[in-house]
Amino acid sequence: MAVYPLKPARKPPLKERGLIAWLRKNLLSSPFNIALTIFGVAILYMIIPPFIKWAFIDANFVGNSKADCTGDGACWVFIKEKLNMFIFGFYPQDILWRPKVVMLGLVALLIFAKFVKGFNKLKLFLIVIYPIIGYILLHGGYFGLEVVETSKWGGLLLTLIIASVGIVLSFPIGVILALGRQSKLPIIRSLSIFYIELIRGVPLITVLFMASVVLPLFFPQGVDFDKLARALIGISLFEAAYVAENIRSGFQAIPKGQYEAADSLGLTYWQKMGLIILPQAIRVTIPNLVGTFISLFKDTSLVMIIGLFDLLSMVNVAANDRDWLGMETEGYVFVAFIFWIFTFGMSLYSKYLEKKLDINKKG
Amino acid sequence: MSNIIEMKGVNKWYGDFHVLKDINLDVKKGEIVVVAGPSGSGKSTLIRCINRLEEHQEGIIRVKGIEVNSDIKNLRQIRSNVAMVFQHFNLFPHLSVLENLILAPIWVYKKPKKEAIETAMYYLNKVNIADQANKYPNQLSGGQQQRVAIARALCKNPDIMLFDEPTSALDPEMIKEVLDVMINLAQEGKTMVVVTHEMGFAKKVANRVIFMDEGQIVEENDPQNFFHNPQSDRLKLFLKQILNH
Ligand SMILES: Nc1ncnc2c1ncn2[C@@H]1O[C@H](COP(=O)(O)OP(=O)(O)OP(=O)(O)O)[C@@H](O)[C@H]1O
Ligand SMILES: [Mg+2]
Repeated sequence: MAVYPLKPARKPPLKERGLIAWLRKNLLSSPFNIALTIFGVAILYMIIPPFIKWAFIDANFVGNSKADCTGDGACWVFIKEKLNMFIFGFYPQDILWRPKVVMLGLVALLIFAKFVKGFNKLKLFLIVIYPIIGYILLHGGYFGLEVVETSKWGGLLLTLIIASVGIVLSFPIGVILALGRQSKLPIIRSLSIFYIELIRGVPLITVLFMASVVLPLFFPQGVDFDKLARALIGISLFEAAYVAENIRSGFQAIPKGQYEAADSLGLTYWQKMGLIILPQAIRVTIPNLVGTFISLFKDTSLVMIIGLFDLLSMVNVAANDRDWLGMETEGYVFVAFIFWIFTFGMSLYSKYLEKKLDINKKG
Repeated sequence: MSNIIEMKGVNKWYGDFHVLKDINLDVKKGEIVVVAGPSGSGKSTLIRCINRLEEHQEGIIRVKGIEVNSDIKNLRQIRSNVAMVFQHFNLFPHLSVLENLILAPIWVYKKPKKEAIETAMYYLNKVNIADQANKYPNQLSGGQQQRVAIARALCKNPDIMLFDEPTSALDPEMIKEVLDVMINLAQEGKTMVVVTHEMGFAKKVANRVIFMDEGQIVEENDPQNFFHNPQSDRLKLFLKQILNH
């Protein structure tokens, strides 16, 4: 017979720990890996220092005309001077307070909804009526506000409007399509499949052209259907097909037992889907959904081709200004940066949501 | 009409596979029926036909006199009288324990939330787990989850409880805590149909034990005779196998 005493836990040997070990394991583990590491470092070396030199060290930040830029580095004066244009498009300069109020109001509303507890009914109410308030403020025509046609809306404002309306509308449509695709009724199922597969087989540009050219044919002569509204409908219907596929993959992750438990409790179909299946399906599919919404956000720049002036088109417009010729690079870097801020923010938020809504949370 | 469940000549196929063959089974109110049999013999299919998680193709099933068929009104009535406990618990992982329990009372039985919570806490106490009300299912042990599932079933105040191998997914040390709860229920006079390999449970509380093999009811008897005086060779073999393992 033998008795063995319990041993205290020790730290791993030194060569398994610390920076050196990490480098060895991740960057220098094999000749191929070493070659890749050298290659990667070389590329970074070729790109990053020149960019920093261009964007910061040699760049010009002060002044108000092209003459104030030395031309060695970036001319950020251009961005500064055209900022209103980039953000608001052709919205009349003297009433910029209206889009500003709308944007700040949205931020305030989001902060309120996110960080203030309770008031759930009020929050829901505000979220539902905010688009209407926003529309009235932006478009005017009521309460003595001067009318600003949607064709004047542009820049980041337009990009955000298209993206948020697209997300808000495509989500419920996508959910309905996903439910339809699961339906036991053959007609509903085949219609949903047909729609989803059709849309997914067509580029967004085509859908936008269709929405701007074909859609008006369905309306009686003389009814002028707003161009922005057409684009919004087109984008929402397009995106809905992708949302539907995301949610369908979420459905497939739900074990059969969940349906059976819901059935055996006596829940109706809609209760089962709404209370049990959808909440779980959406949770597991959040990373994919956010991916879809990120690509929607970037795709908004395609509205340029049907004559709407989103952020990217405004840069083109500004760079064609005779006083500022040759400023495309600064403009595009700026646009890329803005897009990156928003999409990266969405990514972070999705990580946070994933953690917060993790179904398998322990402890 | 003292038979709360009636099955007459029930047949079911999965494609070409004849999974239930001429099942005749009556269960009286307050009766405890244990269903045993080898794997794949159709036990789950049988009890799942009672609340129509599976559809039978021939024969008649009635629950409290209401026929189990495609009529959605019948189905709703039947499911509100029948509760089921599954092998893998099937709790809703996105809802807390308490939310799992009040779901059916609120949405199916239209009870006020306050009353639903009171009932839920009553049954959580009964299964000795009231202190876990605000946890999520995945934060509980298997035995605790199964007791929550039983409490969720009880919150429907069902006339009939169906159990499909409620202890087979549990570690040995947790089986007893679940069986104790079930034994309590049995002694309170709930009608129960229980698929299980726990022969101790059958001996202790069953009024009747049914042996299934290849989709048929091969033998049924009171527990005393079922275990000590089996008739068919297949039951003898089955008993030898499960008692020896
Ligand atoms: N959806 C299905 N489609 C086809 N065959 C099925 C299906 N469900 C079950 N079966 C088959 O029907 C037979 C009976 O299944 P059932 O689940 O009722 O058996 P069981 O007695 O409960 O077995 P176990 O003890 O393993 O749970 C098995 O042979 C199984 O493979
Ligand atoms: Mg089974």
